[in-house]
Amino acid sequence: MRWLLIKDLQILRRSPLLVALLIVYPVAISLLIGFALSSPPGKPKVAFYDQVPRGQGIVRLGSQRLNVGGYASDLLSSIQPIRVRSLAAATADVRGGRALAALVIPADLPAQIQGLIQEGVGSPTVQLYLNTSDPIEREFVDQAITARVTQVEQAVSKQVLRVAVDDLQEVLNGGRVQILDQSVSLLGLRNARTIVSGTLRSLPAGSPLRPALRRVIDFADLAIEGLGFASPVLGSIGSPLTVQRFELAGRTTPTATYAAAIAVVVSLMFVAMLLAAGMLAVERSENAYPRLARGLVSTPALLAEKTLLAGGLAAVTALLMAAGVSAFVHLDWGRLELWALALGFGGLAFGALGTALGALAREVSAASLMAFGVSLPIAFMALVPASAVSATLASVLDAVAFAFPFRAALQAASSAFSGGPPALVPALAHLAALSLVFGALATLAMRRFAKR
Amino acid sequence: MSTTASTKPRAPLTARALSKRFGARVALRELSFELAPGERVGIVGPNGAGKTTLLSILAGVLAPDHGDLIGSGRRAGWVPQQPSLYSKLSVAENLRLFARLERLAEPDAAVERMLEQTGLRDRANDEVGRLSGGNRQRVNIAIGLLAEPPVLLLDEPTAALDPSQRERLWEFISSLGDDGTTVVFSTHDVSEVERHAHRVMLLAEGELLFSGTPGELERAVADGSAPGAGRSADLESALLRFLKLHGH
Ligand SMILES: Nc1ncnc2c1ncn2[C@@H]1O[C@H](COP(=O)(O)OP(=O)(O)OP(=O)(O)O)[C@@H](O)[C@H]1O
Ligand SMILES: [Mg+2]
Repeated sequence: MRWLLIKDLQILRRSPLLVALLIVYPVAISLLIGFALSSPPGKPKVAFYDQVPRGQGIVRLGSQRLNVGGYASDLLSSIQPIRVRSLAAATADVRGGRALAALVIPADLPAQIQGLIQEGVGSPTVQLYLNTSDPIEREFVDQAITARVTQVEQAVSKQVLRVAVDDLQEVLNGGRVQILDQSVSLLGLRNARTIVSGTLRSLPAGSPLRPALRRVIDFADLAIEGLGFASPVLGSIGSPLTVQRFELAGRTTPTATYAAAIAVVVSLMFVAMLLAAGMLAVERSENAYPRLARGLVSTPALLAEKTLLAGGLAAVTALLMAAGVSAFVHLDWGRLELWALALGFGGLAFGALGTALGALAREVSAASLMAFGVSLPIAFMALVPASAVSATLASVLDAVAFAFPFRAALQAASSAFSGGPPALVPALAHLAALSLVFGALATLAMRRFAKR
Repeated sequence: MSTTASTKPRAPLTARALSKRFGARVALRELSFELAPGERVGIVGPNGAGKTTLLSILAGVLAPDHGDLIGSGRRAGWVPQQPSLYSKLSVAENLRLFARLERLAEPDAAVERMLEQTGLRDRANDEVGRLSGGNRQRVNIAIGLLAEPPVLLLDEPTAALDPSQRERLWEFISSLGDDGTTVVFSTHDVSEVERHAHRVMLLAEGELLFSGTPGELERAVADGSAPGAGRSADLESALLRFLKLHGH
């Protein structure tokens, strides 16, 4: 078997164009698939802990009410919130990689806003816990939330301004205001000045009240002029909200790692299946199989050799690809030997499936076409989200995904890359079992292969 | 050659009532014969007569539907009609691979011997896929000879060879026979049978029509009672007349 393996490596080394195609093509396809599944990034998952009791999110602004809760739901529209009931739960979600960040709204936020607007004191603050282990994801979430907070701030400022300007207009021009559910008529500064200057004119020239009223009119003029300018100045009420950031060293979040794992496993699948099916068929197209079958190599040994060759080369390709991808996505290099284990087991399972196809197809071109044709549906059936299809179809897809190596290989790879769930060992066991099953099926298919 | 006649069994190969069919087509019909050590047997017969099928069964590549085969099988050297080589490997690499797969004690020595024998030493490092058809066939034959087998089965070995290579091959095969190696070959060139075979086996539509020396075949035609029977000038016309006499 060792000599056959060396022979196949020699053949591959002398077919550089074929090998280049065999590797470049799957890598290109899988990167495209990986990117397609990961971008646009979509809404980040954020643990959301709102401490403001229901119905308490109201801030009074002069005669008007401002619903802070309404703004909170605006904030949530740009993220995928995971509502939690405690600060501990929120930070645990970040540490465990289930959420990219945690956003905490303190109970006194409405009171703080109220205080800032009315008395100019108070610092309304929301807390944002960020996962520091993945710089790209961290940046992404920070920007998504900060941009939203800025929008909320602007909305609050605008509302404050409108309320303030309305109140000011009433001070200047008079009108009706609602105070404690009673409609009260307000005189207004301009009306007051008109009344005072009318009074002044009706007073005799030497009246001692004249200088005093004169001073009231002068003040009113000054106030009218001054307050007229005040409205735009009010707009400069800066940022009423502060985002307080906390850094948490959590696990890498699954989204990016998962996309990387998909890309790497798609490559693994293509290379292993095409190589195994193609190299087995080469034995027949070169007429060598009858000679080998005369006791030189047993059928299980021949299948094991092709499986090892294809699985090994595919695992090496996939490992190199993972190393390349890790420049863009955080993969845990400390677990390198687990990457190799996951990709090695996956390669063997795909290789065994490839030999079964090669044995059925018998010819190199037919085998490659078959391996190619079978791989794509296997991958996609394993990737269709259960929520996207009916329950019946979902369980059918689930069964198919269980019977082929793609999902198990994906679980093994994403677990090896991040250390997060799902667990590595069951996925490896699943892959080992599938290798044996497809090895046995390939042995059966060799009956067809052996026929002249 | 290191092998000697004394190490070989008395009848290296015995076939009893071998039959093979492919679907409805009968490829071999109850063939029985025995081969002696050092004997050279030439199998002749029209296309589709069953020559390749018979040699494949003797080589253990194909299983007969009925009948028994005693001896030979995997221990025989086999040279298939279609070259069975890796075209991306060089001549020497092909030889070395099969020498190792055959688990020869000294694979490199066997490779050297075969490079010498086939006269391909100067092409040893050329990819087989770039060789001419005849040279490819020489490598194909060399692989069958690597293990110095007690029985050698050759399916149209000389079909692609030039006259001097044919001569070289027959010289080599004759030397094997002197060592006690039993050789079975098929051919469409009757003169090869006449010159190099101790025995001729004539196959037609899966039936063994005749088995005996070339001289016996000519006499059988001459003594034939069917109309048109008479003495033939050579073995080839004797063969054709024999086939005609038997309705082929
Ligand atoms: N794999 C197969 N499937 C079906 N029929 C076959 C197969 N192999 C051989 N045959 C049939 O068996 C018969 C004998 O074929 P075989 O190859 O033994 O003939 P042959 O004597 O070697 O012919 P040739 O001189 O052309 O090489 C033919 O009729 C052939 O069509
Ligand atoms: Mg033939």
